[in-house]
Amino acid sequence: MTDRFNLYRYASPATFYPLAGALIPYFAAVSVVFGLAGLWLGMLVAPTDFQQGEGYRIIFIHVPASWMSMFIYLVMAFWAAIGLAFNTRLSGMMAQALAPTGALMAFLSLWTGALWGKPMWGTWWVWDARLTSELILLFLYIGYMALTAAIDDARRADKAGGILLLVGVVNIPIIYFSVKWWNTLHQGSSVNLTKSSMAETMLWGMLLMAMCFWMYSIAVAFARVRTIMLERERHTDWVKALLAGDEK
Amino acid sequence: MLKIILAVVGRDLKLAMRRQADIVSALFFFVIVVSLFPLGIGPEPDLLRKLAPGVLWVAALLATMLSLPRLFADDHRDGTLEQLALAPHPLGLVVTGKVIAHWLVSGLPLALIAPVLGVQFDLSGDALLVLTFAILIGTPALSGIGAIGAALTLGLRGGGVLLSLLVLPLYIPVLIFGAGAVDATVTGLGGEGHLSLLGALTFASLGFAPWASAAALKIALE
Amino acid sequence: MIHWNSFSDFLAMGGYGLYVWGSFGATVLIMAVEPILVARNRKTTITRLKRQMRADSRAENRNTAE
Repeated sequence: MTDRFNLYRYASPATFYPLAGALIPYFAAVSVVFGLAGLWLGMLVAPTDFQQGEGYRIIFIHVPASWMSMFIYLVMAFWAAIGLAFNTRLSGMMAQALAPTGALMAFLSLWTGALWGKPMWGTWWVWDARLTSELILLFLYIGYMALTAAIDDARRADKAGGILLLVGVVNIPIIYFSVKWWNTLHQGSSVNLTKSSMAETMLWGMLLMAMCFWMYSIAVAFARVRTIMLERERHTDWVKALLAGDEK
Repeated sequence: MLKIILAVVGRDLKLAMRRQADIVSALFFFVIVVSLFPLGIGPEPDLLRKLAPGVLWVAALLATMLSLPRLFADDHRDGTLEQLALAPHPLGLVVTGKVIAHWLVSGLPLALIAPVLGVQFDLSGDALLVLTFAILIGTPALSGIGAIGAALTLGLRGGGVLLSLLVLPLYIPVLIFGAGAVDATVTGLGGEGHLSLLGALTFASLGFAPWASAAALKIALE
Repeated sequence: MIHWNSFSDFLAMGGYGLYVWGSFGATVLIMAVEPILVARNRKTTITRLKRQMRADSRAENRNTAE
């Protein structure tokens, strides 16, 4: 019985709110540290790529942004599943707090992909399987945000958004497979943004940048979820006490 | 189980027959959109033949979108939907019936008129056959996936636009394999692989989508 | 250890300067603007909620006074 109680305690907004608030500075600081280390390795130390020249350095943000955009969608789907299965309040809030960051990561991935493509492929946009899938992922994020924004009732928004996320997560492999199939049939470009044979410093730089993006996403999502909590729980005692305490 | 599905199909078809104008306007929307493309692109037969599969399929997706907001809205307004949700049989079966009925009045007419439009694009006999068959077996998936979107946006303001925002990205695999089948036939590669994948998509979405829609409907009705 | 000979070399990025710095610039911009927007949204939400709470308690006081 006590175990159960503890689990619910951490899942309750009243306890998670201060916890998230306390953790944000740490995640932000770790993100900055990883970012500086990654930039130092990637931008200053890593050697020139023999095929792509200095232009390859774009992958130090392109790849982490792409990873994060996919990872955040998976995390949102995870929270959606938890929320639908156990009817927890926190999960829906987490999914909604993550969505804008995920969409921005997808946008960054497309933006840097275009800037990489211009010198390497000669055009800003190629209907390459990965870029196309990333674009569709951005559409899925936009659809999720539009749906949750259109529903006034927070509980319904969480659940409807959750179903959309689960449908999306089932569809992503199918979409990726179909786009890849379509791409090979139409003789798409065969140059890859990431190459298998990378110098060790390049790989480390990329991993450090990925950690930086990861920690950044957690910090921003926590900050956003705190605001969502205040808004949603404004009629509860703990929010009232918090707001009244702030006033003095 | 089959009885419930058939009962829902029969009922929805009867209701649709009372509003034949809706079916006809969706069909004409399809015809007009497809006919606009040659006017915008130019009449060269080679170019049109190349574009035909994509144009016809995109127009079919859009035409399907037109009737989707109505899928649950009418039943929701007069309270039938709540009755169905409270009934002892699973809501997923009811949705399956509604999806089948939706396909019969929206997907099937598109497939029947598609060869006529294909002729406008100078498609060969083989390609016309594959086109018709692809639309025939691909549109049930559109109705199924669309039902999820229709259930999620039930009763929301701006539901129609929102619905297309949610559903169109999920239609992409159907578009790729559907248009790909015709394209492969035109270029002489044979569209069997595409068609079997399209059939697999339809089976999967008909098995999966009604239950997801039913869950979404229950949330909307809470 | 450091790969570059001069700062201008670093800026030029072997001729890819526009693309590399265009990518990093957009990233830095987004990662600077997003937290600011989140913080601002938080501030406006808190002030709005406080105003609402004060309005509610004033209405309550009036009711008990009458």
